[in-house]
Amino acid sequence: MKPAPFKYYSPHSIPEVLDLLNEHGYDAKILAGGQSLVPMMNFRLVQPSVLVDINNIPELSYIEAHNNGIRIGAMTRHSQAEQDPLIEEHAPFIHETRPQIATVQIRNRGTIGGSLAHADSSAELVVVTTALDAKFKIRNQKGERLVPASEFFIGLLMTSMEPEDLLVEIQIPSLPAHSGWSLKEVARRPHDFALMGVAVVLTLDKKERCTDARLVYLSAGDGPISAPEAAKLLIGNEITPELITAAAEKASKDEIDPGSDIHATAEFRRHLANVLTRRSLEEAHQRAKGGK
Amino acid sequence: MENTFELSVTVNGTSYQKVVDPRTLLSDFLRNDLELTGTHVGCEHGVCGACTILLNGDPVRSCLLFAPQVHGQEIITVEGLGTVDDMHPLQEAFREAHALQCGFCTPGFLTTLVPWLEENPNPTEEEIREAISGNLCRCTGYQHIIDAVKLAAEKMN
Repeated sequence: MKPAPFKYYSPHSIPEVLDLLNEHGYDAKILAGGQSLVPMMNFRLVQPSVLVDINNIPELSYIEAHNNGIRIGAMTRHSQAEQDPLIEEHAPFIHETRPQIATVQIRNRGTIGGSLAHADSSAELVVVTTALDAKFKIRNQKGERLVPASEFFIGLLMTSMEPEDLLVEIQIPSLPAHSGWSLKEVARRPHDFALMGVAVVLTLDKKERCTDARLVYLSAGDGPISAPEAAKLLIGNEITPELITAAAEKASKDEIDPGSDIHATAEFRRHLANVLTRRSLEEAHQRAKGGK
Repeated sequence: MENTFELSVTVNGTSYQKVVDPRTLLSDFLRNDLELTGTHVGCEHGVCGACTILLNGDPVRSCLLFAPQVHGQEIITVEGLGTVDDMHPLQEAFREAHALQCGFCTPGFLTTLVPWLEENPNPTEEEIREAISGNLCRCTGYQHIIDAVKLAAEKMN
């Protein structure tokens, strides 16, 4: 279990990274925190011939408030974000997600951008950024572009980024007033990959009618799986226990596509989705009613 | 193709200069090149925690780092925590509370917990369980490890 040989580069600036990506294309892999990539290399599931280590570029690591939200540099480590007061204030959903991500040793090294670019459908940040409608700033030699989460994650461990692209920043908009959120998951051990999970964001108007609802499932298909039909049941209505039950039924029966494996059958995952949807909608609803 | 990396790194207070193949895992570099075999290699994919070391003071998995990535940085391994004659209070507590049987996982527990105890001097059992959730032990059932952490906290206060 040793990685196949590769050529190692550790550039000190973003332009140098972009040059290397441009030169090596599909042969190159970016090394961020390495907490998913290195295990895959140790198993030789991936064998890049060129590794571009972006750990020596301090300008990729920052957290700043901006307009109505926050901007997070792609190389910000989970442990940095976990303790950051700006994230707690402007992106409380991200703040509360942190402790559920992996173990302390992994969070000390793993990065927010790395986790998102890896696009594991069981990663908490993937579904939470999708539910929050985050935007991803991507750079290449030709320029930069902003891609919404809904167009960033396109499949199993796949994003819409090209080999010459570098994810440089994640933008998280603040939620409107009277919004609530919740992430619920079931994992066999704390911090392990979840068998099923759901991120929910609800927004109410002054009369406590739902004006926006987003439900995004992890471990429920090839990428983050949204449940727009369940959301439609909620939008325009007052949230009642009956409505929550109906939305959970809709999403878990018709809108997710979980697989079966040694740990859980698809049927059991649908059952979990139903229960977790109800719990997360209840929590998000309480937060929305109590929130500013 | 020449493919080597000239690595300078400080480990347990000693500076080392070595030429390595970039694909050398930090865990293998510590064990094979520096002969610091206290860092144990269990799963080699970031699950078991046996290879945990302190990188600039923070516990990380040494099996998920390539040696060149620690160029110019400071590492502490289990050998840097204490000696047989002058053990760290946590090491003493592990001995006294029978927190190890085969001892394979112990270096990872110690390196994870030493900085953690400094930040959490009066931990509850639940907090201790959370703190060690990234380390696997197949002998003790964890109970004696938790006892040892409580004992170490008392010793250090």
